[in-house]
Amino acid sequence: MADITVNNTGPVVAKAKKGKIGKYKKWGYIFMIPFVVVFLIFQAWPLIQTFYYSIFDYFWSQGQLKFIGPEFCGFDNFVALFTGNVSIWALTYNTMIMWVLGFVPQIIISLLFAYWFTNIRLRLKCLGFFKTVMYMPNLIMASAFSMLIFSLFSDIGPVNNIITSITGGEPFRFLSYTGSTMGLVAMMNFIMWFGNTTILLMAAMMGINESVIEAAEIDGANSSQIFWKITLPLIRPILVYVMITSLIGGLQMFDVPQILTDGMGGPNNSTKTLIMYLNQHIAAKNYGMAGALSVLIFVICAVLSFIVYYFFASDRDQKKLKKRG
Amino acid sequence: MSRDRKLEHTSALQQTRIDPNMKAGPGLFIHRMVCYIVLTLFAILCLFFFYILIVNATREHYDIQSGFSFFPGTHFVENFINATSNATIPVVYGVINSLIVATLTAVLSVYFSAMTAYAIHVYDFKGKNFIFNFILLIMTIPTQISAVGFFSMCTDWGLRDSYIPLIVPAIAAPSVFFFMKQYMQSSLPLDIVEAARIDGSGEFRTFNTIVLPMLKPALAVQAIFSFVTSWNNYFIPSLIIDTSYKKTMPIMIAQLRSADFLKFDMGQVYMFIFIAIIPVVIVYFCLSKFIIAGVSIGGVKE
Repeated sequence: MADITVNNTGPVVAKAKKGKIGKYKKWGYIFMIPFVVVFLIFQAWPLIQTFYYSIFDYFWSQGQLKFIGPEFCGFDNFVALFTGNVSIWALTYNTMIMWVLGFVPQIIISLLFAYWFTNIRLRLKCLGFFKTVMYMPNLIMASAFSMLIFSLFSDIGPVNNIITSITGGEPFRFLSYTGSTMGLVAMMNFIMWFGNTTILLMAAMMGINESVIEAAEIDGANSSQIFWKITLPLIRPILVYVMITSLIGGLQMFDVPQILTDGMGGPNNSTKTLIMYLNQHIAAKNYGMAGALSVLIFVICAVLSFIVYYFFASDRDQKKLKKRG
Repeated sequence: MSRDRKLEHTSALQQTRIDPNMKAGPGLFIHRMVCYIVLTLFAILCLFFFYILIVNATREHYDIQSGFSFFPGTHFVENFINATSNATIPVVYGVINSLIVATLTAVLSVYFSAMTAYAIHVYDFKGKNFIFNFILLIMTIPTQISAVGFFSMCTDWGLRDSYIPLIVPAIAAPSVFFFMKQYMQSSLPLDIVEAARIDGSGEFRTFNTIVLPMLKPALAVQAIFSFVTSWNNYFIPSLIIDTSYKKTMPIMIAQLRSADFLKFDMGQVYMFIFIAIIPVVIVYFCLSKFIIAGVSIGGVKE
């Protein structure tokens, strides 16, 4: 099973050998130096700077060709984000709608497939083939996939060729309507991620002790009862994990809508995501606003991460209690 | 793989035990057929767009414009030559640049993250648990969050238009670290380290010559993931790289999108996408066994 809980046997083993290992202690620190140094320089320091920028008026003036600021401005940047002509509510709404449109079918299909793949009664063949093919889109370049979909669905693309040859009328301009643009983004996210989710859920379902299901079968439970009353509750931790990581991934949605709409988030900013807006501000060297936007995204992600962390911590404690009792 | 075997084994057991109670009649047969049909449809959905990509990459511009086809054309070589000699989008540089960046990223992230996991796994020192939990925590923070600071820092330090900010940060890769830690837990007994010490091997040498070879399967899987992630990465490179012949593949694809689309030779456009996607797909199909196993063990990607 995809074991993502923090393993707690490590320290115990180490403690037992502490006498012998004690004098090698310094090597533990030495081996960590590259990781820690790079982390501090390339991740921690930029993060601090980002937070710092968020409360300063600091941007590149195109007219004067120089940086204005940094000048302390309190929470003005945040206020501007909520009241500007592209409000952060609208961006969050766009991002979330596109995530939900992709995620709901994804989780349903993945649950179904994982259930089929692990079902001992069905004994499906060619599992390896199906898993391989379904996971494949996850590894391809999102920007190139987006470009491919754009080429296929553009006004002169093959899909419109079929539409015009059937209806004999005008091509359907997919990117001129919010619904169809969002639909294309959601479809790409679905194709890219459902294989990954299926494999994770499958690993979780295989971790279920067979005797539990056997016992239910002997007690006369039918297969839908087993699925809803046994399988689903038992894989709940992984299910929540999949959902939250997907949500965090969804908040970072960038490549697909960026390439599909050429960075415009069209029509009318209705498919512009949070990170696309961030990208715009960074590219324009609008450091203050970009900082404030990053801080808001950070807060959302931090809250979600804590939920995951808390969830798994409590799950682990329950397991410990059971072992003791 | 071993899981599949286990599944087969248990299913055989189950079958013999359960069969008397239930009818393996036409109901099961129909259920199985429905499964196969639905699975096949979704497999086709996954492959369809790439099949069309391959077909269109072999067709000529006017041929593509005139309609849809399921059969490959004969202009593959011509499209390839046209695409690689295009002056506005130097795709050959793009491939080479992406290869350099992705390879170095994979090597660095796997080596140093394994080293860090080794430090946490083998040694007992103060603050170890704190660091472990801290790395788990930062794993969930998206890199885009610190992009503003990263961008301004690179500008200040003269690192714009250089590969250093694309490659060096890979040394601190929390997800690789976590995977390696999990793997060591299951297949790196501390006795081996102990034995090496008794034989007089230095700590650093033990790690390089004894431990690393033992971790090969896990290292390979993580190297593939790091490589692919870097190959596909668009957000940070698009901010950092400006010069056209230094650009990586994803930036060139974006450039293709920004260019006036209708003027382009469509055969070339599909060929560009083909070059960006298909090598990864081929490598994937060769190594899919390991990759799929890696996904279900690691559980954490992205």
